[in-house]
Amino acid sequence: MAIFVDKNSKVIVQGITGREGAFHTQRMLAYGTKIVGGVTPGKGGTTIESGQPVFDTVKDAVEATGATHSIIFVPPFAGADALWEAYDAGIALAVCITEGIPAHDMLRVVNTTPGMRIIGGNCPGVISPGKSLIGIMPGHVFKEGNVGMISRSGTLTYEIVDGLTRAGFGQSTCVGIGGDPIIGTTFVDCLRAFANDPETEAIVVAGEIGGSDEEDAAAFIKEHITGKPVIGFIGGRSAPKGKRLGHAGAIISGNTGTPESKVKAFAEAGVPVADRPSDIPKLLASRLKPVPA
Amino acid sequence: MKLMEYQGKDLFRRVGIPTPSGVYATAAGDVASYIAAHPGSWVLKSQVMMGGRGKAGGIKFADDAQHGEALARELFGKVLKSIQNPDGEEVKSLLVEEKVDIASEAYVSIAIDRAARKPVVLVTAQGGMDVEEVAERDPGAIEKYWIDPAMGYSPFIGRKLAFDAKLPEGYRKAFPSILGALYTLFMDYGANLVEINPLVLTKDGRVIASDAKVELDDNGLYKHPDIAKWNKEQPTDDDQAAAVAIGLGMSNYAKLPDEDGRIGSVGVIANGAGLGMGTMDAVKNAGGGAANFLDIGGGAQADLVKKSYNLVTSDPRVKAMFINIFGGITRGDQVAKGIVEALAGDDVRKVPLVVRLTGTNAEEGRAILAQAGFVPVETMDEGAARAVALASGGK
Repeated sequence: MAIFVDKNSKVIVQGITGREGAFHTQRMLAYGTKIVGGVTPGKGGTTIESGQPVFDTVKDAVEATGATHSIIFVPPFAGADALWEAYDAGIALAVCITEGIPAHDMLRVVNTTPGMRIIGGNCPGVISPGKSLIGIMPGHVFKEGNVGMISRSGTLTYEIVDGLTRAGFGQSTCVGIGGDPIIGTTFVDCLRAFANDPETEAIVVAGEIGGSDEEDAAAFIKEHITGKPVIGFIGGRSAPKGKRLGHAGAIISGNTGTPESKVKAFAEAGVPVADRPSDIPKLLASRLKPVPA
Repeated sequence: MKLMEYQGKDLFRRVGIPTPSGVYATAAGDVASYIAAHPGSWVLKSQVMMGGRGKAGGIKFADDAQHGEALARELFGKVLKSIQNPDGEEVKSLLVEEKVDIASEAYVSIAIDRAARKPVVLVTAQGGMDVEEVAERDPGAIEKYWIDPAMGYSPFIGRKLAFDAKLPEGYRKAFPSILGALYTLFMDYGANLVEINPLVLTKDGRVIASDAKVELDDNGLYKHPDIAKWNKEQPTDDDQAAAVAIGLGMSNYAKLPDEDGRIGSVGVIANGAGLGMGTMDAVKNAGGGAANFLDIGGGAQADLVKKSYNLVTSDPRVKAMFINIFGGITRGDQVAKGIVEALAGDDVRKVPLVVRLTGTNAEEGRAILAQAGFVPVETMDEGAARAVALASGGK
């Protein structure tokens, strides 16, 4: 099983001939991801060195390859356009790696693309270890297993997963949801999917200061997750009080956003919070049996 | 990007939100000649970013040109201090505005609600004061409405909010169109926040925006090159300026204060905001203090690593450096090259350096570092412990 992505997911790369797009296409192929083609307007009809066809439009690519998944490497100004083009072509899941897309572009996109799952932007992507990688994560850190992992950060995910893998805790799927204010998939969306995934037996939620995603996640866990242990982590607990985001924002989030509020919310949901990434496997060990490497 | 009041009001006028008549002035003589040409009662408002400028003495009233000039001279160059901003901010310009007879003060704002992923409108009849205070004292007095961006704004939203928030009757006619204009500004200019506090009902029945608070999304500024230029004329904080100067994002570098008796003596460079924060936490957990937060971002090249190193070590408190790289989009060989190059020059302050490097192209990176005589550590906890020990003079 796994969530969102499995070994049969057919993937196209939007921006396949750009610097980052080309680099990560090769890494994903090496991992075993079924990359069936890519899109670069004006380069339709050509192929990249490793043989995958390039199309002018997402629609052409979907029609020719039957792709259901897309990964987006385009400049920030083209991010919303790329997501809408994917939606128009019937893509089911789009991973948006691009960092720096205007918040208002994303605001419009997430409210006008019903039925398409968007992961990101400004995210490292999704990996179902041993099956498929749609993202920029270093695949060798991950190992197939039964721990579901969700995180707002890219590099912190690798840090935590590295520790899990070393301790014998493989992962079913790891989702980096992205660090932007407006993102397509939230912690709660991922938790809901993990709750229904028989392969996932425990979940790690790696949050950070700011926003209220962790509080929402804690509330969801309390209500809906039974029989699967959840371990929490909050990055940035040593950060000094940050700049305020403006009066209205402060009201909406109230007392949320502080590490204290997040740790408290997790505690109330019965979720132990690790003080450091290296403590996560220790907390898991008393709740789930590791599989020796 | 936060705008000053006069800039926010410039945008207000572009979309048709009524503002008080007046002039923007950078010299006392301009204040005098404007008041001379427009007799009446005028308010001199210091143009600063900080909150609490009224209590800090940044707002004055003048009834004639001579008085106006004297007050302007007093304000220009004055450093205003408030609880929110103890360091103070120098007054470099003034907004001279008609003094209006206030019948009532309301509050209206639109912000992005991250969790709902929609713009949220806040309205209360209790304007003219800190809206957080209202929220705490009388939360029921604040009305909220989440606008569906696919539908956009329609006047019924303004009518509903005016009724629900019990705005005085004098607001009813103007409010729906003012809120519509505010929504246009919010969407067209890509704002994180637009706020009118107070939205004044005058004794002669006008509804005008007496103050303007606008914060635009930096990622969307490229769509408005004329406004992006304003930013350069504004005071930004030193850390942000330093970050931008070397090609980092504005919020990718921040100096951290000493805390709980811990001196911030460990310089920190990491790739990714999450790992950056995690590295600060690790230094604290190891009994030390991080001097800074620095995220070199994704795909960082050697030159940027070098500049980042120099920026962090320009803080005299830094006694040791901990570089923590977990490669995804950032390639380990590039980082290693940057570190070696940065330390090869004579123009850098060399401090004991601990490097943790793993992930994409980490083996190539480690080889480069080993060749230059560095020994990268394996884990973040180990690296933090080594760096803290080195910063306090240990090995």
